[in-house]
Amino acid sequence: MNTQSHLKQTITVAVTGNPNSGKTTIFNCLTGANQKVGNYGGVTVETKEGILQHGQYTIRFVDLPGTYSLTAYSIEEIVARNFIIREQPDVVLNVVDGSNLERNLYLTTQLKELGAAMVIDLNMADEMKKKGVDVDLALLSQDLGAPVVPTVGTRKRGIRQLIEAVIEVATGKWDRPQSPPIHYGREIETELEKITHPIIERRDALQNSRAGLDNSLCMATSPHWVAIKLLENDKEVLRSLHDSRTRRAVSEQVERSRKRLTEMFGEDPETIIAEQRYGYVRGVSLAVIRQTPQSRMNLTDKFDKVLTNRVLGLPIFAVLMYLTFWLVFTVGEAPMGWIESAIEGLADLIGRHWSDAYVPALRSLVIDGIIGGVGGVLVFVPNIVLLFAAITLLEDTGYMSRAAFIMDRLMKWVGLHGKSFIPMLTGFGCSVPGIMGTRILDNRRDRFTTLLVLPLMSCGARLPIYMLIIPAFFAPDRQAMVMYSLYIIGIVVAVICAKLLRSTIFRGSPSPFVMELPPYRIPTLRAVLIHIWQRTWLYLRKAGTIILAFSVIMWALAVFPQVPAEQLEGLSGEQAQEAALRYSFTGRLGRCLAPVIKPMGFDWKIGTALVGAFPAKELFVAQMGIVYSLGEADGQSPALRDTLKKHYNPLIGFCIMLFCLLSTPCMATVAITRRETGSWLWALFQFGGLTLIAYVLTVIVYQTGILLNIGLG
Amino acid sequence: MNKEISLCELVDGGKGRIVRIRGKSPFKKRLLEMGLIKGEIIEKVKLAPLADPAEYIVKGYHISLRHGEARDIIIEDM
Repeated sequence: MNTQSHLKQTITVAVTGNPNSGKTTIFNCLTGANQKVGNYGGVTVETKEGILQHGQYTIRFVDLPGTYSLTAYSIEEIVARNFIIREQPDVVLNVVDGSNLERNLYLTTQLKELGAAMVIDLNMADEMKKKGVDVDLALLSQDLGAPVVPTVGTRKRGIRQLIEAVIEVATGKWDRPQSPPIHYGREIETELEKITHPIIERRDALQNSRAGLDNSLCMATSPHWVAIKLLENDKEVLRSLHDSRTRRAVSEQVERSRKRLTEMFGEDPETIIAEQRYGYVRGVSLAVIRQTPQSRMNLTDKFDKVLTNRVLGLPIFAVLMYLTFWLVFTVGEAPMGWIESAIEGLADLIGRHWSDAYVPALRSLVIDGIIGGVGGVLVFVPNIVLLFAAITLLEDTGYMSRAAFIMDRLMKWVGLHGKSFIPMLTGFGCSVPGIMGTRILDNRRDRFTTLLVLPLMSCGARLPIYMLIIPAFFAPDRQAMVMYSLYIIGIVVAVICAKLLRSTIFRGSPSPFVMELPPYRIPTLRAVLIHIWQRTWLYLRKAGTIILAFSVIMWALAVFPQVPAEQLEGLSGEQAQEAALRYSFTGRLGRCLAPVIKPMGFDWKIGTALVGAFPAKELFVAQMGIVYSLGEADGQSPALRDTLKKHYNPLIGFCIMLFCLLSTPCMATVAITRRETGSWLWALFQFGGLTLIAYVLTVIVYQTGILLNIGLG
Repeated sequence: MNKEISLCELVDGGKGRIVRIRGKSPFKKRLLEMGLIKGEIIEKVKLAPLADPAEYIVKGYHISLRHGEARDIIIEDM
């Protein structure tokens, strides 16, 4: 690692630490709101970057994912590890939760082994004090070979000292004492040396050759560390040995060493190594902690007595989920209304000043296509802001892991993690924030499964469709039951799909549930605001552009080609609208689809309305109004209900709702899925898969209904 | 020498000393890294409302483990 002492104007600092160590809070203190969210190396793991100007120095902080270790166990750990090895940051800032020193120092030992120039941030200094823990900073610093700075991230204490320590280390001014390395015992060290040999040989050969060292894991870092990882059976490190001859030599030696050590200790080497590391950590902690913590019941234990109580846990959870839902959707309703009326106002304003006679196609593009599209993007913002406010509060207080603890039994049955519950629930309001909310899931398989089935949760936009159709075809005493059955069908299909996905493409043992239940903490307003801002901006920048593009395409499909003027003569306004839609691509597509959708009992008019409802599900109602020459209708329109009753039977009515529930997610969902998975492939898979499921199920229902003579009256 | 049992058999509020973890999965490595190593004392706090997972204390912090996962952790009842 970079330890030479030379004046550097730009300093790169990697921020590492355990989950719940307060790493993000420290990162926020260091960089303020001046952050950039990015995905590292094309994977779905996020890293954040922020710049701090301090005197003559420009310090670039990179917030790596929180990890307990640096093995190849999870994608987060690989990302963190690769960043430190490949990008060679000048300083690794290791945030350590001082109130949980032993487990946090386990990661520190591995950073030390990597040879990183570290600064230790002993965070939560206030909690340590409360617990009666007193740490000998000088001794700890000596043991770890790095400066140790106590901080209280939530109160911004110790931040200036932290920055100074970072600069000192980066500029080589900090006198790095030779701290003793971890000694794994004679037997293991002997084997490590044997594994190191071929690596060093290869390295020397490369150094003398013209190509020089590559920056693969094995070559860029200390051979001792590589040997330890290999002995721990780290396949990722072995794979990074590009030269096949060296790889063979190394892997043969590793096999021999592993076998030898397993015979000697009666345990696999990774167990022995982990035990030795913890042995070392324990030694350090015992030496530096001057006072043993009193074990008395703390506030967290008292809270958990109630919040995860056998009897009270579930009802409290239900209430909190209800509050979340209420916050996101009920509170969000008013600002959504403001955005809608502002957009309508703007469209009106332009419409009034831009005469219909002057370039009518461009006028329509601006008013219906672009302004309508921008409105379609902005209308989700209140939901997203409020959802991320709720999620940040739940996460930063520590309740999120309790929620997962409570719901895990249920979600495990589906093959998912307890945390999947919250995005799923959000899906009943709207799939877009729900899919964004799957970011709380750490495991990619869990996250993608949740995200793909999430549109099956009957969202708020389906409600107007139900409200139109149910009263038209079902007697008042049956209406609630029909509505309820739709929600249940959505959930059942989602469960089946999730199970299917988990046993096919996302096959693999269910992600284990070793989850820390961190102490309850008071979140800072600053953290909540930063998180909301990042999510909203990401949504607007990434998904917003796709939604806008879709809107313009859908607008064009509904407007072009235009009906020749002579055909419109003598038609009323509504009839002209109907003729225009029928003549457009949307209408043609609807008619093309007619034979395909016939087995579901749908005619071309329903087909056209379904195509036209792709921008947003609730548009189905307005589109039905247009195809029946009734003008733009809403869900309460009695004329439209009567027309439907005249043309269709209850079976078809039910099939329409079933198809709308299960089929094609709306275009905002497609856009957000594309963004959150990082690939169009997943978005198309979701789109196609759900449409196919909807088609098959609706055909089955319709044909069975006809066969058994149900709902034809 | 106390009787060896599996962690999932521990009663609420009971304590045990970890003897070993069965199996060879990467999951075992994760447990080791979280501090569930030989000789460590682990205490069961309580079960979740739906009877699975359960909450434990090890190395001074709280951790949640499913039954199936706790089954492979062998402890010495104290």
